[in-house]
This record gives sequence, structure tokens and C-alpha cells, in this order.
Amino acid sequence: MTETEISSIFVSIFVLLGSLLSLVTTIGLLRLPDVYSRTHAASKSATLGVLLVLLGALLFFYKDSGLDARLILGIVFVFITSPVAGHLISRAAYYTNVPLWDKSVRDDLKNVSKEKRNRSAER
Amino acid sequence: MAFQLVINFIISFVWMFLYSSWDLPTFIIGFFVGMIILVLVRRFFHEPLYLIKVYAIVKLILLFLKELILSNITVIKHVLSPKLDIKPGIFALETELKTDWEITLLASLITLTPGTLVVDVSDDQKTLYIHAMNIEDIEESISAIKMTFERAIMEVSH
Repeated sequence: MTETEISSIFVSIFVLLGSLLSLVTTIGLLRLPDVYSRTHAASKSATLGVLLVLLGALLFFYKDSGLDARLILGIVFVFITSPVAGHLISRAAYYTNVPLWDKSVRDDLKNVSKEKRNRSAER
Repeated sequence: MAFQLVINFIISFVWMFLYSSWDLPTFIIGFFVGMIILVLVRRFFHEPLYLIKVYAIVKLILLFLKELILSNITVIKHVLSPKLDIKPGIFALETELKTDWEITLLASLITLTPGTLVVDVSDDQKTLYIHAMNIEDIEESISAIKMTFERAIMEVSH
């Protein structure tokens, strides 16, 4: 097997896995019951899906034009920003009183957020 | 740490001057020579050697990648299972980390671990509120993961 064949096999594996993960993310967004569990699916699987597709593109262009630094930077940026985005969305949802799913078991944040709201109402 | 790194760079530049060749291979060889010199004179530094910290950072990155893949497998399992048998909930976690960047790092690591998502950090920065996708079977193994993460971050920062 030549070098190009091996690298093209890896490229196809990465891109297929990445698109499969994106598909699973979409199914998760449709199936899961509330904002918080949907954020789980969106912040994790989407990260790795985009990451794998970018990795495949990096490998694909490697044999023609060498290492593309912008793709590596893209991977790093997606890596850093997507958990923060998931955190911010769920936090904003919590403080605008979006309810948890009714089968949720416990909620340690409830009293804390209630106290916080009372304090800001007094002011 | 930064001080030792600067010394290492200066040594590799001196190496380039000694060879009077200005290319990357000479610089890299000079960098390795500088590393060896720093290891030899390590007792003159007040802080531990910066290579130890670099090793800790590399370990943290590998841990991060491993957890990312594991968490994706968990999410896929939940999403594609025919019956949705998840028990979500929010629980509190005390943390010993002090500075802002350590807590930020811990929060992003937790967000990328299997089935957990940081919803809020308390005002005194001592408690993280975490939404877990499946709270029953996960809670103990999660606290174990937190301990490994916290330890890894502490290794980097101390």
C-alpha cells in the first residue's frame, strides 16, 4: 500500500466519523427532553464531530500543500470555546427560569438561585 | 518558570551565534543543549524545573482528549438507546482550586467529561453546580474523575 492510500483511508475514517457524530448530535437535540440535556449533546458530540472533520481536512491537504496552520488553529479554537458556550447557554436558561425536566432527581442550585433573586429584588 | 524558559532561549541563541548559522535545526539543537544545561544547574533555581511543569501540561492535555472521547461514547449511547432511561439532576461540588484560571479550566474539563455540564459557579468560587445526565450511577465515579482533574490542574499550577 502506498502512502497516499493509507492517508486517504485515514481521511475517510475521520470525515465519516465526524459526520456520523454530527448526525448523532442532531438526533440528540430532537430526542432529549430539556434544554440542559440537549446542551450535553450539543456541547460534546458537536465538538468532537467538527474536530474530526477538521482533522480529516488537515490530513487531506497535507500531501499537496503541507501543514495548514489555520486548520490547527481552528481545531484549538473549537476546543476552547464550545464547552464555554454550553455552560453559558445552560446558565442563562437556568436564571431565566427554564424548568428542568419533570423526571429530574435533584436540584442543589434551587435554593441558592432563589436567595440570589430575592437579594436582587430587595435592592 | 518563565525565567527558566527565557534562559533556555538565550542559550539556544548563543548556540546559533557560535555556529553562525541561522536556521531552525541549529536552534532546536541549541534548545536541547540549553535543556541539558538547565537540568545540570537546577539547584541554583528557587522553583522546580520547568520541564516538570511542561510534562504536567502534556499529561493534562492527554487526559482531556481521553475524557472527550469517553464522554462522546456516553452521549451516543444515551441518544441512540431505544428507551430514554436518563435521570438528570443538578448537584453541588466543592472545589479546592483558588485562582480564576484554574476554576475556568476545571469547569471546561468537567463540561467535556462524560455526562456532566457546569451550570453555575457560586459567588465565593468554592462550589461548582453541575448538571449530570444520569445522576444515580454516575455520582461516585464522577467525584473520582474530579479528583484526578483537580490533582492534574494542581500539578500544573504548583
